Amino acid sequence: MSELILDAPEPQEEEMMMGTAVSDDPVARAAALLKERFPDAVSDDPRDGYSGVMVSADKLVEVATALRDDFGFNYLSSVTGVDLLSENKLEAVYHTYSLDQGGDALVLHVQVDRDNPSIPSLVPVWPGADFQEREAWDLIGIHFEGHPDLRRILTWDGFNGHPLRKDWKEAFFEEEKKPFGSRWPDGGVFRAEEKNPFGKNVQYPPGWQPTGNEYDVETDMYLPGETHVVDPGTGIKTDQVTVNIGPQHPSTHGVFRMVVVLDGETVVDLKPVMGYLHRNHEKIGERNTFIQNIPYTDRLDYLASMSNNHGYVLAVEKLFGMEVTERAEWLRILMVELTRICNHLWALGFLLNDLGALQTPMLYFYLERELILDFFEATAGSRMMCNYMRFGGVAYDLPDDVRGTPTMQFLEELIYGNIPRVLEQGDQLMTGNEIVRARSIGVGVLSREDAIAYSTAGPVLRASGVQYDVRRANPYSFYPHLDFDIPVRFNGDVMDRYDIRMEEMRQSLRILQQVLPHIKATAGQKINSDKPQYALRAPRAGEAYGRVENPKGELGYYITARRREGNPDRYHVRAPSFINLTPLGKMCQGHKVADIVVILGSIDIVLGEVDR
Amino acid sequence: MYGTGILKGMAVVMKHFVNSYLDDFSWAARGGRYYNDEALQVRQGVKGRGVKTVFYPEEKLDVPERFRFVPFLVTDDPPPGQKWGKDWCTSCGICAKVCPPQCIWIERGKQPNGRPKPEPNAFFIDIDICMNCGFCMEFCPFDAIKLDHDYELASYNRTTAHIHDKERLSKPLSYWREIAPKKAAAEEAARNFVEEAKAKKKARQAGDGEPDPTLADEHARQLMYRGDTY
Repeated sequence: MSELILDAPEPQEEEMMMGTAVSDDPVARAAALLKERFPDAVSDDPRDGYSGVMVSADKLVEVATALRDDFGFNYLSSVTGVDLLSENKLEAVYHTYSLDQGGDALVLHVQVDRDNPSIPSLVPVWPGADFQEREAWDLIGIHFEGHPDLRRILTWDGFNGHPLRKDWKEAFFEEEKKPFGSRWPDGGVFRAEEKNPFGKNVQYPPGWQPTGNEYDVETDMYLPGETHVVDPGTGIKTDQVTVNIGPQHPSTHGVFRMVVVLDGETVVDLKPVMGYLHRNHEKIGERNTFIQNIPYTDRLDYLASMSNNHGYVLAVEKLFGMEVTERAEWLRILMVELTRICNHLWALGFLLNDLGALQTPMLYFYLERELILDFFEATAGSRMMCNYMRFGGVAYDLPDDVRGTPTMQFLEELIYGNIPRVLEQGDQLMTGNEIVRARSIGVGVLSREDAIAYSTAGPVLRASGVQYDVRRANPYSFYPHLDFDIPVRFNGDVMDRYDIRMEEMRQSLRILQQVLPHIKATAGQKINSDKPQYALRAPRAGEAYGRVENPKGELGYYITARRREGNPDRYHVRAPSFINLTPLGKMCQGHKVADIVVILGSIDIVLGEVDR
Repeated sequence: MYGTGILKGMAVVMKHFVNSYLDDFSWAARGGRYYNDEALQVRQGVKGRGVKTVFYPEEKLDVPERFRFVPFLVTDDPPPGQKWGKDWCTSCGICAKVCPPQCIWIERGKQPNGRPKPEPNAFFIDIDICMNCGFCMEFCPFDAIKLDHDYELASYNRTTAHIHDKERLSKPLSYWREIAPKKAAAEEAARNFVEEAKAKKKARQAGDGEPDPTLADEHARQLMYRGDTY
């Protein structure tokens, strides 16, 4: 550690831990209490390298309710499934957190028979489990009993099988694991479509007809029910209209569809339909070796690729027990905070666009973003697909110059000049603007209770009055050494979400101003604790969950591996954009059509991450 | 007062409007602001205040040295009259193994007696699959595969033109020196350094107590992982 760090404020974690014994950490305490209350249903996970508790499926809802109401673990962050083919079992994994106490997750593992995988749904306890359970049903095939609407979510209804099961093979299947034997030493080049020509690469489930199924009108599938309403005053029968907004629509930020039931101009119900950009990132990730996943994570939330890298390398470093050098940590924070500013500039520019101020004001926000991307390009080699972080550090040191300016000077100009200027300009342009205020105050309100129950994260959660940020609640990297605030707003409307992003950029600037001296002080030091290795193997079996505060919210990577294996056994991404969409319907109800676009814009989604 | 917010916003727009013309005046005496390499650098840098538009393809932004796009294979500088020199690639296959989308196909060279020869018989990269991650360059122990700066690869037929063979991929070392001078110099220094370190080690064993050499910082900082491979 450099001398500078000694002057930095003490990590908060230690203060929190003072006066309490180690065994008293909230996760262990809650786990012990759970075991006491449900002696038959809850037990320690016996497997090596796994944390958390094993819960029997029939008692899951009771355990979850007790966890939420009595033990303070009121936030269900991630729901996913794992296929344990060799044991003929499927496993559901739940990560629950305490929003008040912070700290690590209490992980619930539920194992069921692979041939009859049925687990009670947690939607009645946490509505935020809705989309995630649908995803687990879609991709792994775990049947969640009592789920109100258990349909496929990322793949379409004519899809055959559950692709994340270990015995499922894609149309262009070559081998279970990379690297493929056909590439070397006798590589004869071929294109995948030569082996499996287009038109013959699709399989339908048995009995499924591509045309004419149980639904007459496609929208029936999404919003069944009565479409006529009788006006109570006059007794006149009026029609409700179902409208598809998207998938090809400029205001949906990508290929995304909203099925809306309208009464006149007012939204009665809304359901998001997604998956048009689905490429089964997780299956690809399980075929990949550990290092091959890094560039793929760039493509999730492509506006914040540095943060995506960070979450993934944290998870793998946890699994491997790797150290990170000091300079690498500072470089990572520098990159991640610049990414946050980048992303929020984009989000706010697009929010203006969604409000109807087309194109021009949006570009005013992007001018400075352009400079940050120039810096990324000069450092990492690519503007958006950075592929910058490696296990144990980062790939490159800072370059000598960016666009003809020496790097440190460029960064100082950026951090003390250009970015504060663009924030001030954004303030002038938006914050006081009467049209913006009229369109955004009181629109898309999400109450504190709903924000927690729906598992929202990031700016959406904090705009609803929950001061929860992974950087403080469960610190990673050097964030405990840095001085910054977690902004929070209490109305939970579009204006507050805008405000939070503005304030977060100011806080990121504060962090960057503290990071710059460290970058200078550590110049010339090692940026990676390890030698470059292309064939890393897991030193132990087990699971790891790495999470970071991505600009969009909590980005988590759940990885399990077997000992001496070069590929992850299960690779799951807790995608904040995807989960933040769960309460979209609720937020839009009662508003006008034009407000849907604004509310969606205020959630700030990236379809690369939603659809994965 | 109601309406001041909008007026403030208008002022921002006005400022941008005026700034875009100020650039015209300030560059008027120095060859104008468009189609002028010097002006382009300033307009795009931290000091740029006016219009940032780049008139591609007449104007092109310089790409930084580390920019990466579709790999090429390094060969020795060609003897006069030839296009390429000797391949640096030894067909060890590391790039094909590490490639995340598996877009590299290598056919290892064979000696007449059937044993492997350290050069590729054939080398293919499907550029439709390549994701420009740069891992092949990062892990190549022989500095033989590098990421290119040529990003204008559009063609009319993807089935024939987008699978690059060895002929299409090979480029001489002088080309790599031209597009990435600092990195090429650093790699050269690192290769010499390895030789030097070996020599020193031999000398030390022979009783000559010279200290270990170190790679100069200006070179080390250009290399990935700060040149820990060397």
